[in-house]
Amino acid sequence: MRLSVDNLACRRSGRRIFANLSFALGPGDALAVTGRNGAGKSSLLAILSGRLRPDSGRITVGDVGEASLTECLHVVGHRDGLKGSLTAGENLLFAQRLLGAPRLDPRAALERLGLGHAHDLPVAYLSAGQRRRVALARLLVCARPLWLLDEPTAALDTASQAVLAELMEGHRAGGGLVIAATHQSLGLAGAAELRIETAAAAPVADVLEEWA
Amino acid sequence: MIRALLALIARDLRLAGRVGGSGALSLVFFLMIVALVPFALGPDLNLLSRIGPAILWLAAVLATLIGLDRLFQADEEDGSLDLMTAAPVPLELVVLAKVAAHWLTTGLPLALAAPLFGLLVALDGTAMGATALTLLAGTPALSFIGAVGAALTASIRRGGLILAVLVLPLMIPTLIFGVSAAQAASGGTVPFLVPLAVLAALTLIAAVVGTLAAAAALRWPE
Repeated sequence: MRLSVDNLACRRSGRRIFANLSFALGPGDALAVTGRNGAGKSSLLAILSGRLRPDSGRITVGDVGEASLTECLHVVGHRDGLKGSLTAGENLLFAQRLLGAPRLDPRAALERLGLGHAHDLPVAYLSAGQRRRVALARLLVCARPLWLLDEPTAALDTASQAVLAELMEGHRAGGGLVIAATHQSLGLAGAAELRIETAAAAPVADVLEEWA
Repeated sequence: MIRALLALIARDLRLAGRVGGSGALSLVFFLMIVALVPFALGPDLNLLSRIGPAILWLAAVLATLIGLDRLFQADEEDGSLDLMTAAPVPLELVVLAKVAAHWLTTGLPLALAAPLFGLLVALDGTAMGATALTLLAGTPALSFIGAVGAALTASIRRGGLILAVLVLPLMIPTLIFGVSAAQAASGGTVPFLVPLAVLAALTLIAAVVGTLAAAAALRWPE
């Protein structure tokens, strides 16, 4: 899949968050979105995931046939979309049936993230890091080409961070795209960096450079 | 697509049945109102059986409001709504599935329990059957109208009061025709079928307008 964003601008509650944001991604590409707190990283991901209307600009997708952008992507953000009273397995099974394109079954996906034992535990019993890993397991139960990750390593231990890096490597090797808003290096080799400057601080400039 | 909708309905039914879910909430509230009325009115059986259908309908409207504010808010808060936006089904159908699940856990139990609760307000057999039938035909309208308010207040904390103020006026036509149909069954000048047909029409209109309006409210929260 290809994704290109042209001159995107975002306004929330009348306040300009960012403007003139442009980038293009092809199969296997990754983009690390950086910037200070409140610069608009999560707003950019919300626009891409269809939950927020851009103020101006254009988002085009290619090589995905009839599918729309929202049907091609996975979102893992601060709000994990998990129901506390359902078990981890039930949550993942629901996501798989809702989103379609099944890949791994929930138990295998949880085992991949080292949470096989939590399959039959209600999510409310899990710790923050474990919940995050259940949410990340959703990336594996359905095959979708674009992963939107908002601070994916928040609350993760080092071992899980390594697993996540591995998963992103594998996804990109299969032609998938990753867009991650982050403050730290995620181990994304050869990823472009998009730095969002706050509109108030300076004229908005978008910097695309090699980010190792 | 059907699979996704069935998954949504199954999930909401399962959530309603779990601890902290809204499963029996409205049914118990319904029972409380209906059980208290005879105590408040005193042992006048004629009066009770005359206003019985109205009490059952009033209780049903109020019981539908209980827990309605969580219909979309719970999913908005924990990010499940983002997941549903990414589903390969239009948001309208997502709303339809969620309202169907809401009706299955509130409206349907109320309609099924109405004959039993009718005993508490001294209804005779015909009136019991008629009230249950009108509730069966009318409660979907309450769920759909309520869904619009729930979608509008999804991102407001403590939106329950605004929700009630928004949707109660819209529920009044359903209440009027529901009660008049139930009363027409046990005598009166109007034939039973006329208000029942209007009630069914209100449900169909609410199903279309409510689904579209709720989806529009959810789609662009800002």
